[in-house]
Amino acid sequence: MKLRSILVGAALALTAASGSLAEKTKVGFVYVGPVGDGGWTYEHDQARKAVVAAFGDKVETMYVESVPEGPDSERVMTDMALKGADLIFTTSFGYMDPTINVAAKFPNVKFEHATGYKMADNVSIYSARFYEGRAVQGHIAGHMTKSNIVGYIGSFPIPEVIRGINAAYIHAKDVNPDVQFKIIWAYTWFDPTKEADAAKVLIEQGADVVLQHTDSTAPQAAAQAAGNVITFGQASDMSEYGPKPRVSSIIDNWAPYYIARTQAVMDGTWASTSTWDGIGAGMVGIGEITSAVPADVKASAEALLARLRDGSYHAFTGPVNKQDGSAWLARGETADDGTLLGMGFYVQGIDSEMPN
Amino acid sequence: MLRVEKRPSPSKTWGYLAPILAVIATMIGGGMMFALLGKDPFEAIRIIFYDPLFSEFAWYYRPQLLIKGAPLILIAIGLSMGFRAGVWNIGAEGQYIIGALFGAGFALAVYPTESVFIFPSMIILGALGGFLWAMIPAILKTKFGTNEILVSLMLVYVAEQLLASMSLGLMKNPEGFGFPGSRNLQQYASAHNAELWIGSGVHMGVVFGLIAVIFAYVMLARHQLGFHIRLTGESPKAARFAGVNPNRLIIFCLGSSGALAGLAGLFEIAGPSGQVNIDFNVGYGFTAIIVAFLGRLNPFGIMLAGLLMALTYIGGEIAQSSLGLPSAAIQAFQGMLLFFLLAVDLLTNFKIKWAKTEIIV
Repeated sequence: MKLRSILVGAALALTAASGSLAEKTKVGFVYVGPVGDGGWTYEHDQARKAVVAAFGDKVETMYVESVPEGPDSERVMTDMALKGADLIFTTSFGYMDPTINVAAKFPNVKFEHATGYKMADNVSIYSARFYEGRAVQGHIAGHMTKSNIVGYIGSFPIPEVIRGINAAYIHAKDVNPDVQFKIIWAYTWFDPTKEADAAKVLIEQGADVVLQHTDSTAPQAAAQAAGNVITFGQASDMSEYGPKPRVSSIIDNWAPYYIARTQAVMDGTWASTSTWDGIGAGMVGIGEITSAVPADVKASAEALLARLRDGSYHAFTGPVNKQDGSAWLARGETADDGTLLGMGFYVQGIDSEMPN
Repeated sequence: MLRVEKRPSPSKTWGYLAPILAVIATMIGGGMMFALLGKDPFEAIRIIFYDPLFSEFAWYYRPQLLIKGAPLILIAIGLSMGFRAGVWNIGAEGQYIIGALFGAGFALAVYPTESVFIFPSMIILGALGGFLWAMIPAILKTKFGTNEILVSLMLVYVAEQLLASMSLGLMKNPEGFGFPGSRNLQQYASAHNAELWIGSGVHMGVVFGLIAVIFAYVMLARHQLGFHIRLTGESPKAARFAGVNPNRLIIFCLGSSGALAGLAGLFEIAGPSGQVNIDFNVGYGFTAIIVAFLGRLNPFGIMLAGLLMALTYIGGEIAQSSLGLPSAAIQAFQGMLLFFLLAVDLLTNFKIKWAKTEIIV
């Protein structure tokens, strides 16, 4: 209790002080990888820069990169709150409990946790419907594969990643009934060595398309070295690997959200919310489909993209069965967000065991 | 011309001076690196070394030093015994994980029973887990003469896979919506390794760290076993003549370092970390190797080295957020510390002399 009251007192004093000094809004960012990862953290940092560009002198940002998920992140967040941050974005799933802990000690600081599910009065959650982008990737992958083997580098078997695998598989299978997915779990979000190894193993096993849910460009480089393999940029455009192996990409676009939330703090209108936006809202972007993809495939992928964008099609539309053969979605039925958020099963046809 | 001459016995003075000199050299080398990155080197060094201890928010950072330093010290104390005797346990990271899994696994199994016996049982199981994991390289070495460096290191990766499996399967929080990770032990009163005084940073792990330091010091200075360890390190042949049983020493060194690493893991998972999760281990087992050498394998030296290492971590984070230094620069800075220490070590074992250049025809 004592610590809490000290912290609260300090936080109060600081907010009061920063309020009277200058009207600068301080925004902190906690990153799981280095800002130069070219993927996930890179895009969060681009959005941070967009916040600076949008508000100029009215805002001051700070960030710490490569913060391990656990007690270290708790200290980094506390440090930022002590330094007078008004708003803190914690940009990885593993920061969930630490964010909740620190938020309880600093009721006047607003927190935004990416990809988690725990909320509080001063903790909002936000994520993007990356699976919509995965559907487009799966569509292209199903058309492009000649060996009918698509490799997939998973990070951790959490719902977000499993959702991506399922969405990609369903849409690959739609256009190519013979397609098979080979899945390797890297157990990391960012480790170029492990990611490159995973890509090489998949390619050796016959995959000529490699999808990745890890953040570095190492799989792109491995595919380039192997020759006839195509890949997709993850989190960031990774266009430096185009037109081949990288034939398209999923781009995270956090900037509009970060700017809106910072604005809300400035206006005093910030409230705890849960945001899950997709292609339609612009949070998920699809990078240019390159010339390595035949024109008819490109056209059908873009048609799928357009239907996802205007909401006329949901990436999980029945009939879809679970891997064990039990029914999940009836014909025409679309998945509800609750099931998607906690997705812990593969869909029927994926020939792989969920690790445990 | 400079000439290097081996000392008949290592210099005591330089033994104490070397770490201090290494820290100063790191400050200079690191300062130059920060300057090259376009940051004020004096401010950066001040933020890293001074701010965590004496700045406005030091009341928050000082307890954090204990929290960050305690596992390093616990593990390094265990490792230092083996290192003195020439038994190289490189796999403390794995023993740390297994200790944590043993203790946390028990707590999760009896959840939600509340009892005063739960936490003590977890401590015993934590030590046992680390001990058993270290017995694998120990028994393989004594029975088959395998290399304990390789075996213990490889077992780290096995332990990491086990940890991942536990976080995704057996120990997964049934109320976690399918996400990996166990229940948070911080919310389970009987299993929570809470701070003894709120806001002090002192949890049971810190207390055990201190006990380990004192215990190790007394043993090395006063007990026959400590004498055997030192003797084996300095002269294995003499030790054998003196009747030291090398196998028993290997078992003791690996076992005790494993148990201490297991304890460190248990205190971390029941306290600051709280959760069995895939990313639970953050490299304390490896950093402790640096701490052990930085502290000259001396228990009190290790205590200071552990706190110094914790200081560079915490100060490094503050420098990142306030100066925008990249995290790689902080890691390079910590690397410099070990590098300079090893370099300065030359002075402990060798004399440097001016010598006349002699040309031999």
